Amino acid sequence: MEWETVIGLEIHTQLATKSKIFSGASTAYGAAPNTQACAVDLGLPGVLPVLNKAVVDMAIRFGLAIEAEIAPLSIFARKNYFYPDLPKGYQISQYELPIVGLGRVTIELEDGSTKVIGITRAHLEEDAGKSLHEDFHGMTGIDLNRAGTPLLEIVSEPDLRSPQEAVAYMKKIHALVRYLEISDGNMQEGSFRCDANVSVRPRGSHEFGTRTELKNINSFRFVEKAIEYEVERQIEILESGGAVVQETRLFDPDKGETRPMRSKEEAMDYRYFPDPDLLPVEITPEMIEKVRAEMPELPDAKRQRFIEAYRLSEYDAGILTASREMADYFETVAKAIEDAKLAANWVMGELTGHLNRENREIGESPVSADQLAGLLKRILDNTISGKIAKEVFEAMWAGEGDADTIIAERGLKQITDTSALEAMVDEVIANNPKQVEQFRAGKEKVLGFFVGQIMKATQGKANPAQVNELLRKKLSS
Amino acid sequence: MHDKTLTELAAGLRAGDFSSEELTRACLERIAEHDGTLNSFITVDEEHALAQARAADARLRQGEAGPLTGIPVAQKDIFCTDGVLTTCASRMLENFIAPYSATVVEKFDAAGAVMIGKTNMDEFAMGSSNETSYYGPVRNPWNPETVPGGSSGGSAAAVAARLVPAATGTDTGGSIRQPAALCGVTGLKPTYGRVSRWGMIAFASSLDQGGPIARSAEDAALLLGVMAGFDERDSTSIDRPVPDYTATLNDDIRGLKIGLPKEYFGEGLEAGVAQAVEAALDEYRRLGAEIVEISLPNTHLAVPAYYVVAPAECSSNLSRFDGVRFGHRCEEPEDLEDLYKRSRGEGFGAEVKRRIMIGTYALSAGYYDAYYLKAQKVRRLIRDDFLRAFEQVDVIMGPTTPAPAFRLGEKTDDPITMYLSDIYTIAVNLAGLPGMSIPAGFVNGLPVGLQLIGNHFDEARLLNVAHRYQQVTDHHLQGPAPYV
Amino acid sequence: MSLDKHEVERIAHLARLAIDPGAVPEYARNLSNILDLVDQLGSADTAGVEPLAHPLEARQRLREDVVTETDQRERFQAIAPQVEDGLYLVPRVIE
Repeated sequence: MEWETVIGLEIHTQLATKSKIFSGASTAYGAAPNTQACAVDLGLPGVLPVLNKAVVDMAIRFGLAIEAEIAPLSIFARKNYFYPDLPKGYQISQYELPIVGLGRVTIELEDGSTKVIGITRAHLEEDAGKSLHEDFHGMTGIDLNRAGTPLLEIVSEPDLRSPQEAVAYMKKIHALVRYLEISDGNMQEGSFRCDANVSVRPRGSHEFGTRTELKNINSFRFVEKAIEYEVERQIEILESGGAVVQETRLFDPDKGETRPMRSKEEAMDYRYFPDPDLLPVEITPEMIEKVRAEMPELPDAKRQRFIEAYRLSEYDAGILTASREMADYFETVAKAIEDAKLAANWVMGELTGHLNRENREIGESPVSADQLAGLLKRILDNTISGKIAKEVFEAMWAGEGDADTIIAERGLKQITDTSALEAMVDEVIANNPKQVEQFRAGKEKVLGFFVGQIMKATQGKANPAQVNELLRKKLSS
Repeated sequence: MHDKTLTELAAGLRAGDFSSEELTRACLERIAEHDGTLNSFITVDEEHALAQARAADARLRQGEAGPLTGIPVAQKDIFCTDGVLTTCASRMLENFIAPYSATVVEKFDAAGAVMIGKTNMDEFAMGSSNETSYYGPVRNPWNPETVPGGSSGGSAAAVAARLVPAATGTDTGGSIRQPAALCGVTGLKPTYGRVSRWGMIAFASSLDQGGPIARSAEDAALLLGVMAGFDERDSTSIDRPVPDYTATLNDDIRGLKIGLPKEYFGEGLEAGVAQAVEAALDEYRRLGAEIVEISLPNTHLAVPAYYVVAPAECSSNLSRFDGVRFGHRCEEPEDLEDLYKRSRGEGFGAEVKRRIMIGTYALSAGYYDAYYLKAQKVRRLIRDDFLRAFEQVDVIMGPTTPAPAFRLGEKTDDPITMYLSDIYTIAVNLAGLPGMSIPAGFVNGLPVGLQLIGNHFDEARLLNVAHRYQQVTDHHLQGPAPYV
Repeated sequence: MSLDKHEVERIAHLARLAIDPGAVPEYARNLSNILDLVDQLGSADTAGVEPLAHPLEARQRLREDVVTETDQRERFQAIAPQVEDGLYLVPRVIE
């Protein structure tokens, strides 16, 4: 039988606020345990939550970006369960009436086609703390610094049909939240993670199969691997006549497999109800318009603009707008040097190559956009050749300074002084009568020999075009 | 000195007739003398109180005193007090030294009041007799064999017995008004959102409201002026200016329209209580008020709705008491579940457990619509009954309780009977309205309370209407014989 | 509505309350009585009535995104049952 995979993703993205969703404690990453857990975060008796305005604005921003309806009135609810990283015994989340309603995004697939993926809803909630399982005499340690950090949970429709589509969708949302500057998307720090609901069904069927929920996947690679494993596991069960059990499973990246979560064995009864400590959040058209006015350009619009304004190919524009940082980098360079093609070639070529080699993000590039522009300007004004420029770039990457400094220090400036070059050309011609003879007899290839000699003498600093021209003139006379 | 009202004491302090330290010591002595019997305090912090008294005396000397500067006030043990034991009368918080203060406590501190101690109460404010306290029952000063009411029983008893001139209470379903009625003192539950809930340990968040318990409406006006006000730390706090409640106390009430809900005078109301209320209404007629019969047709649904909404909220509010970050933790837990179950099982008393279980059940899968959602809809019906009534009348009056104080142990075995003692007070919380109880006479030597209900934010009018009555009557000046 | 022993145990588990097995029948009786009282709600006609969560139906106020809290770990952990290296300790959690 042929099987069809059905996947829905729930992406949790941490919102880039200074303070927590319901308290004035800092959200900064990496503080000593429990030093950023205030009375509200700890759920001390008598404390109360007050909603952070920035999270509301960020949710609106996201809603506008996915063309969703923003709820004029949304409600915070309590999700009740006991867990040591959940200080109050309930998580403040949204259940009925989430802040962002039905929306959609378009993903690009590897074959170049596109697909629209529905987003059921996006809602605000608070994050839980962390359990540290290192050995404290057989006990678990609880750090509540992360408790109360704002999250936007983005729930997709079950529209994804393969692990590859799931990855493309996750990457799309990742790029989007970073474009919108509502999240740093840092996956190592847990700022962007997802749960995947996975099921399979006979191709052509309209019923959904029994699904399993894969928890807390924090990389693009793992999402693909976890779903691949899970799909295979489910198909194997079904083909051997078994039934998939609806359960929560954990992906083990080391073993590349999923296993049931022991702590979630019992069926949960979360007893959702509206949080009586919080009132309905009203979002007025004015608030929405204010956010809309401050919306950054979105990836699809930016790509279109790049194609038109910079005459880039669709492919190049796609690569250059894959992340906001990449697009900003390219645009800074292109504007500074007024040559989009050269800027695009260098950003996608040398820069991306170096980044990939060292597995770095563009934000971590040792060569800034301004520095790269400084280098490319020297190509354009014939100070150096493209080949020398690569050498300079290496030095810049190694932190030796900006292009002009390196060119000066290493004496890499092209020799463009015609009289000096002329003297060298004369000398090379005088010293190699045999080759002159051959050239004049019609052996064009010998010209390369003369160019090579000049380049050797100038350590590559002569302008190749100029040398060519001079040689032809002298040899023909 | 102990028989003076807060207003009189404040005048005495300013006139230099006595110092706050002397007054505070007098209160401490009375507590030492009488509280062995009454059990109205869980904590008396002599050192803290005397330090505050001396600071108040300095302020008084410098002429920087407000109306409450130097006045000893007892805090219900539900308000967090920084550095002072805050137990909510529960074994769960037997060792809980609060690391911060409630807004109400901060406001009293800023006003220069002296926090003399923390009063006994029903555990987590769940009860109507003060018998669910882990620290044992409080006795009614009018008759030690009877209950003081609850949950703010310690506060009401301490004020009635003249141990302190004033105390705070909280009222979720009648917990200020019912003990005020049973102890013969004046208690006010403000409009929901008028007094900050920050630092007030939550029972049912959408119903809880702090308020004053004192000897007279005039005293209550001074206290409310300090307690009320917007607090940005409480999302449900209302940003609205606080009027000078004392300024309108003497306003003429001729032409005042008083609504009498016929549902409050039906079956279950004791004859003696009905007579006392009738007599009070006659007094109001003499003061020029007009009495109008009204109907609050959904009154009979208030207790059922309340026993869904309040337990549902409490079941969730009390989940934080899990033995992990503060509060009681069981000995040698086998595993996490054992830690939770035994810490909570040992830390909470039977009534708290009952309410947590009712609330858990009402919110659980399959029952939410039938219970919680239904109760919230009924809540709207109940509120709308009141709002319609206030289109016709200025205040609503009736008995605070169906009967005077009952005997200790009389209702402990039957939760339902106990719950019905709040039958006239509960609807006011569901509707978020301000309500008062003032002394209106006695039945067999036990006080009877007259309940006054106002429209939202109409506290000033309630205090005015209560004060005019207290000017022509002396029920509020009566004290229990052994304590006068 | 009447609750049996099994339901009382289920609710007690959901609420993480240890109940003495001997006390279960009494809880069952009391809780059933309370539910009988509450069942009077069924008599109310609430067709078309919106639920009321807060009596004043006010709207949520929003606070500015500013860090106002400082580290008070020592104070907060002074009242904790068991801490080590700044962490709250609980019996081992198995995921």
